[in-house]
Amino acid sequence: MSKFDFVFKGVSVFCAALVLIIVCGMFIELVRSSALSFHYFGFKFFISSEWNPVTQQFGALTSIYGTLVSTMIAMLIAVPLSLVIALFLVELAPPKVSQIIGVAIELLAAIPSIIYGMWGLFVFAPFMADHVQPLLGKAGGNLPFFKGPPMGIGMLTAGIIIALMILPFISSVTRDVFEMVPKVVKESAYGVGATTWEVTKKVTIRYGLKGVIGAAFLGLGRALGETMAVTFVIGNDHSISSSLFAAGNSIASTLANEFTEASEPMYLSSLIELGLALYVITFIVQLFAHWWLARVQKAAGSGL
Amino acid sequence: MRNRSHRTRQLTDLIVRVLSGMAAMVGVFALGWILYEVLARGIRAINFSFFTELPVPPGMPGGGLANAIVGTLIITIMATVLGVIIGMFAGVYLAEYGKDRPYANSVRFAANMLMGTPSIIIGVFVYALMVLPAHHFSGYAGAIALAIIMLPVIARTTEDMMNLVPNALRESALALGAPRWKVTTSVVFKSAKTGLLTGVLLAVARVSGETAPLLFTALNSPYWPKTLNGPTANLTVSIFNYAMSPYSNWQQIAWGASLLIMISVLAVNISARFLFRGEKDNAG
Repeated sequence: MSKFDFVFKGVSVFCAALVLIIVCGMFIELVRSSALSFHYFGFKFFISSEWNPVTQQFGALTSIYGTLVSTMIAMLIAVPLSLVIALFLVELAPPKVSQIIGVAIELLAAIPSIIYGMWGLFVFAPFMADHVQPLLGKAGGNLPFFKGPPMGIGMLTAGIIIALMILPFISSVTRDVFEMVPKVVKESAYGVGATTWEVTKKVTIRYGLKGVIGAAFLGLGRALGETMAVTFVIGNDHSISSSLFAAGNSIASTLANEFTEASEPMYLSSLIELGLALYVITFIVQLFAHWWLARVQKAAGSGL
Repeated sequence: MRNRSHRTRQLTDLIVRVLSGMAAMVGVFALGWILYEVLARGIRAINFSFFTELPVPPGMPGGGLANAIVGTLIITIMATVLGVIIGMFAGVYLAEYGKDRPYANSVRFAANMLMGTPSIIIGVFVYALMVLPAHHFSGYAGAIALAIIMLPVIARTTEDMMNLVPNALRESALALGAPRWKVTTSVVFKSAKTGLLTGVLLAVARVSGETAPLLFTALNSPYWPKTLNGPTANLTVSIFNYAMSPYSNWQQIAWGASLLIMISVLAVNISARFLFRGEKDNAG
């Protein structure tokens, strides 16, 4: 091995190591910087809903609640929708149409979060306030979810926008999973006279359902950490309300809004602890998604 | 299969086709709606002074975001240089040396995890790492935060693209007596170059719209970016600050900046796709 070869290999090993170092370093740094708040509040941090920078009392519950609720709304919309879109693109649409619509859906993922925020705050939220929320309020009757004044911003709007943002991720992974279904199996179904829908239902979905779960978890990881768009439309209020029309906040939006204002060490440390919580949650969700998808791929690879 | 008439089955098929088509249209419609609004509202804010002047206080006419445009360019270019160099070397390791070794697999795993880490967490990390010890925000920290976001994307696409290069090519170069690094840089890189460029472009498109990691690192500034060792003006944080302000002329400027960001991100993204498609056609 020549000298330069040795250097070249050394540099590439080091650069690869950097990836590992960053992932571990991030965890260590977040734990270190949140130690102050963790020692002071302990586990109470995660069950207290008090968030008061003046009295230096911090609890993560409202942010965690907001993250969970907005993510849940997003998943409820995005998972079925992207499942159907993936089926459309793989099975039902003519190839030319499928290609064009496929690119359009992928471009949804290319639009930066902040643009979704602008559109959400100035276009979509007023639309929700004027057209959708009054309708839901009427249709919802006595349900607690659709109570309160239709302000446009709030949990529901945030959830819908997150749904749009994770839609392309889930549908593209779902699409890949559906495309892994062996052609022979589909063709045999067509051969015995099944219609496209019957093939889709009885072959593709049955084959790909496991993959869809992995795809959904990948989308979930994204949804949990979605920041700018949510910050624009969620309302940024440290409160818990059963109404989806009410303003709230999420972990990411609290960080985006308050981080630069946090002058006291305890305030900053509490915010970093929020960040740590988000990091750990998304890490676990992703871990599961990758493990699950690898398993599905392996099963598909071994054929029938 | 249950006993059903041919008619019913055909009808179900049709209904499902229409419904799924409608679902796909929801996505296309959302894309069109967003593009239209940003275009229609942004275009009103864009004029000559938008590109040449500094921001003005609310209520005053005129003003632009020239400093933020320059700042975003500098930060993005710096992040790209860092991210591409480190990311490509990491990719070279994975494809050429690491292969199936446990160390390579753990790097791959870490890269996948890093790719899905919320960008705001990367911002918090760089804040704790660089801004806190230095006691001030800096453009450098912003560039590093963006580079960290690019790193795993570049590393994984580099690996994928290099894996597409047939081994026979490497072997023939090695047989001619070329050292390993030369084989990698002038044979493997050369035949994978379109793919590599696509990966870089997609990564650039991804970070140039990022806001969250810049909020706590580069922050923002109303002045020209004379040094990166302090708060540095940039477009995305400007959009956030201006949009959240109650002043309509500031909100107007936020729309202009949104249009600029959206056009550049989509242009880079779409050209990357064309590039890659052209390559695939050539290969096929």
